[in-house]
Amino acid sequence: MGSFDFDVIARSLGYLFREGMVFTLTLTALAAVGGIVFGTLLAMMRLSSFKWLSLAATGYVNLMRSIPLLLVIFWFYFLVPYIGAWLTGAARPIHVGAFASSVITFTMFEAAYYSEIMRAGIQSIPRGQVWAGYALGLNYWQTMGTVVLPQAFRNMIPILLTQTIILFQDTSLVYVLSITDFLGAASKVAQRDSRLVEMYLFAALVYFIVSFGLSLLVKRLQQKIAIVR
Amino acid sequence: MAMIELKDVSKWYGSFQVLNGCTTSVEKGEVIVVCGPSGSGKSTLIKVVNALEPFQKGTIHVDGISVSDPKTDLPKLRSRVGMVFQHFELFPHLTITENLTLGQIKVLKRSEEEAKTRGLKYLDRVGLIEQKDKFPGQLSGGQQQRVAIARALSMDPICMLFDEPTSALDPEMINEVLDVMVGLAKEGMTMMVVTHEMGFARKVANRVIFMDRGQIVEDASKDDFFGKPRSERAQQFLAKILHN
Amino acid sequence: MKYNWNWGILWQTSIDGQNTWIMMLIHGLGWTLFAALCAGVIALLLGSVIGVVRTTDHKWLVRLGNAYVELFRNIPLLVQLFLWFFVIPELLPKAFGSAIKQMPPPWGSFVPAVIGLGLFTAARVAEQVRAGIQSLPRGQRMAGTALGLTQAQTYRHVLLPMAFRIIMPPLTSETMNLIKNTSVALTIGLVELTAAARSMQEFTFQVFEAFTAATVIYIIVNLVVVNLLRWLEKSVAVPGFIGPAAVGGGGH
Repeated sequence: MGSFDFDVIARSLGYLFREGMVFTLTLTALAAVGGIVFGTLLAMMRLSSFKWLSLAATGYVNLMRSIPLLLVIFWFYFLVPYIGAWLTGAARPIHVGAFASSVITFTMFEAAYYSEIMRAGIQSIPRGQVWAGYALGLNYWQTMGTVVLPQAFRNMIPILLTQTIILFQDTSLVYVLSITDFLGAASKVAQRDSRLVEMYLFAALVYFIVSFGLSLLVKRLQQKIAIVR
Repeated sequence: MAMIELKDVSKWYGSFQVLNGCTTSVEKGEVIVVCGPSGSGKSTLIKVVNALEPFQKGTIHVDGISVSDPKTDLPKLRSRVGMVFQHFELFPHLTITENLTLGQIKVLKRSEEEAKTRGLKYLDRVGLIEQKDKFPGQLSGGQQQRVAIARALSMDPICMLFDEPTSALDPEMINEVLDVMVGLAKEGMTMMVVTHEMGFARKVANRVIFMDRGQIVEDASKDDFFGKPRSERAQQFLAKILHN
Repeated sequence: MKYNWNWGILWQTSIDGQNTWIMMLIHGLGWTLFAALCAGVIALLLGSVIGVVRTTDHKWLVRLGNAYVELFRNIPLLVQLFLWFFVIPELLPKAFGSAIKQMPPPWGSFVPAVIGLGLFTAARVAEQVRAGIQSLPRGQRMAGTALGLTQAQTYRHVLLPMAFRIIMPPLTSETMNLIKNTSVALTIGLVELTAAARSMQEFTFQVFEAFTAATVIYIIVNLVVVNLLRWLEKSVAVPGFIGPAAVGGGGH
């Protein structure tokens, strides 16, 4: 313990944050936006009166929620090149970069979880609001877009953010694809300099500070919303 | 041609029948009050007129257009029918002005400016012009319901449907809403009103419809209904409601 | 473009020269379930204690319980497993640390995995237990005290029996999360189900057969566990009691 080497952390800070953390945060942001958009569509499908639409969405959400994220990461890592080839009509699986593959994977996976949140949000809006929208002559998309979703989204912001903190932590799993996200960067330094103790403790500390800090912000936001209501 | 025409309308929730062969009509300029005990189907009746609830049998025409015809442009038809709900249903995330202009802009394609001018004209009419920048949650129930009426009027409706507009209000706020409705009736607005407010019915209704267990039991002129209701159930209902 | 499907691969002998690939996957499933079971026991015991502690009026114990939950909830599971696998043995007294490092496979990965998963899940269980106890009417605790029960007795006989029934649904999804989370242990060398599928993919190049088989197995496990716990929930249900709305879950 006396040989704890702070210097290895100081020396690699630039690499850890400028490469690793930037990747992690970009992936988190893109997957959160994509996941919420796709998740909202899934939620609308599940609540639709078209049976097959609702069944398809339910099946997708249940499938994603039954298997580990790691298996999903492996699935998409190999599947996306084939889907890409199928879409473009290429003869062989196309090359998809690690970053694009991760964004697609996390968007598709998190959408299942975001969709459950948005479904609860949509269902919490009284039916009278939908009636009032229709009674004004708004069509389905207008009623959804101007009456239901803005309210559902606003009510669910704290839970959506909490899920996004989980997403932020989950992105560390791209480690299995040897990607240089924050943990990947820490791990590479750790292996290179044989400084596993320092690097992994430091990584844990950084993840903790970011996640805990964000969760405090969410709590504050929740109290604010509670007052406004 | 009647403004609203229902012929033999029946509706089921699963095996439970909520509407049973309802036939009636509302002429242009008429004010019809629909009353009846809770669970009698009166709220459902007014919602099927606007196709907010589907029905399985019969036909409904509004201004000659069939409500259940799949070819009917429902949003367009609804935009011409004003509707006021029991729980106001103002959009809580929009300001009063935005509530008044949303339908005008999105459905009637009016410019924002035009929509605002017209919306505020009606807001002024219901006496709430100074509240225009507030949110619905900052208004009292009575005020919210008056805004809801202004919102419906801003769409220049050919007729108005009221679904128990005062039953969610505190007693001291009921009159401010009824006054607005009486004003509308006197101007000749075609109105179908589900309500227990018999004072309102006496003052402005042309006809009163009494419903029980999904059926229209009585459909009579105001004087006939209050003078000598034919059915026993209507008599009992009136006795209960008038002696409270 | 074409992918050459070959489902027969599942019944061919795997790299260990004895078992078929499907057997290897099932072997992996065994480790998944065993690790989840061991970690689950830790999580349930420790999580219950911490959850209870957080509802008492001992200020310092409550703070300690809260700190535990925040600490284990805000560090990614993968990083936590790395800490248990790579870091903790280094920080322990030398003899002890090297004894851990020299544990024969698969125990060298299994033990840190179970500890890591158990402590991580304990934080989530603690959160559910706390929410469950706090969802009970305040009068229940007072009624217990009024009868002359001690605080411990009030918890044991009044609060916990109802709290655990109320949190059965979220605990069911925590159980599923735990089983799925076991896959993270493949990063420290535990050959559980996902790792087995991954190694089948690497050696046979039959990517989609391997992952499909693993997916189907996970779905079956999901169905079995969910139904088992639902049956348990029903069999311990108190007649006439409809619990307050389920306590929030979230996450995976």
